[in-house]
Amino acid sequence: MDGQSCVMIMNEWDIVAARQLGRHAAKELGFGAVDQARITTAISELARNIYHYANGGKIYIDKIEEKEKKGIKITASDHGPGIPDIRKAMEDGFTTSGGLGAGLPGVKRLMDEFYIDSKTGEGTVVQVVKWLR
Amino acid sequence: MSLKISGIVEFIRMHRDEIMKDWIDRFNKADAQSISAESDQIDQAIAAEYVNILIEWSKNKEDEFSRKIHEFSKRIVQLDWPMDKIAQCLHTFEKILFAKLLEKQIPGDPLELLSEIEKVTSPVNREVFLQYTSSYERTINLQKMALQELSAPLIPVFDSITVMPLIGTIDTDRAKRIMENLLKGVVKYRSEVVLIDITGVPVVDTMVAHHIIQAAEAVRLVGAKSLLVGIRPEIAQTIVNLGIDLSQITTKNTLQKGIEAALEMTNRKIVSMGERR
Ligand SMILES: Nc1ncnc2c1ncn2[C@@H]1O[C@H](COP(=O)(O)OP(=O)(O)O)[C@@H](O)[C@H]1O
Ligand SMILES: [Mg+2]
Repeated sequence: MDGQSCVMIMNEWDIVAARQLGRHAAKELGFGAVDQARITTAISELARNIYHYANGGKIYIDKIEEKEKKGIKITASDHGPGIPDIRKAMEDGFTTSGGLGAGLPGVKRLMDEFYIDSKTGEGTVVQVVKWLR
Repeated sequence: MSLKISGIVEFIRMHRDEIMKDWIDRFNKADAQSISAESDQIDQAIAAEYVNILIEWSKNKEDEFSRKIHEFSKRIVQLDWPMDKIAQCLHTFEKILFAKLLEKQIPGDPLELLSEIEKVTSPVNREVFLQYTSSYERTINLQKMALQELSAPLIPVFDSITVMPLIGTIDTDRAKRIMENLLKGVVKYRSEVVLIDITGVPVVDTMVAHHIIQAAEAVRLVGAKSLLVGIRPEIAQTIVNLGIDLSQITTKNTLQKGIEAALEMTNRKIVSMGERR
């Protein structure tokens, strides 16, 4: 697998497909078992949020290289309702669906870099990176 | 003046042997490169049955006709061909029939001939495809049921101790079943301790963790205790990273340790009978 791959998230099984693709890419890049689990879990959280809150979207998985550094970049993009208060959504335990509210803050801790952009009524993009060391 | 449906049927009857021979030859030849097994070839009997149905359909009473189509379709489905091959086979028949009509210089607009042919063949073809899809739907449903039975098994290992080994992805449906079976099991086997083994669960994200927490809480409410076992090291680390609090749930790292703990919780213990040689 080279460059970018993409999974449409429409139902619960697409979440599994995105996870498997991510695990495969992480393994190919040489990530160890723990980081593979972190990356796969992060994809699972982001994909499930898309499925749950945005009624569909996409997960992109990129292998990236930057000044002798290699890594994996996950981009979760949707055209759902957006997140009105991002700061709140990033708090541990904040949930609007009776979940654990640990998804977004958890993903931030699982990965090395975390960017989120969301506009009400337009959608949400979350981009995360894990570097190989 | 063009040939009407009854005319087409009459034409098929008159040139039946020729049409059938061409059909079988053409289709089996086209297919020869890809597959050569006998079972993959359309045989005389099936071809004849199809042609018979076409010829007789105007004579038969409605329900007699649909019974025949139904039986024929079943036979086609039993061939176990892929859908596109069936479609190709039936389409080849139409092409052969059309070519024959032109060859015998039957008067009429070719386009209209085509649409008349379609009127003759489509009721039969439609039924074949309906049968095909419904037979596959049946298979998928049966497999779904088989999977559901496997999805949350409960094994009574000792008096009042049961184990639920989970293998594979946990989705919302399965999470629901896990909870139901755990509670049912507690009652049915009068379990005091249930062990949930997640060794075979590939990813524990916040949804899975949430379901496990809820299941453990429900078990507690019916008066039993639950033990979570088989948390692999990498899973333990992601759970910590996610910030999930499992402190309310007793965990053991292996099923064996879990069973030992469960025995202890029910005031029992496995002892060895003297020295082993
Ligand atoms: N893609 C998204 N679109 C809209 N809202 C979202 C999206 N992702 C997260 N949210 C909002 O952020 C909240 C927190 O998300 P998360 O941390 O994953 O916890 P949880 O999913 O358990 O609620 C969600 O309850 C939801 O309101
Ligand atoms: Mg979430």
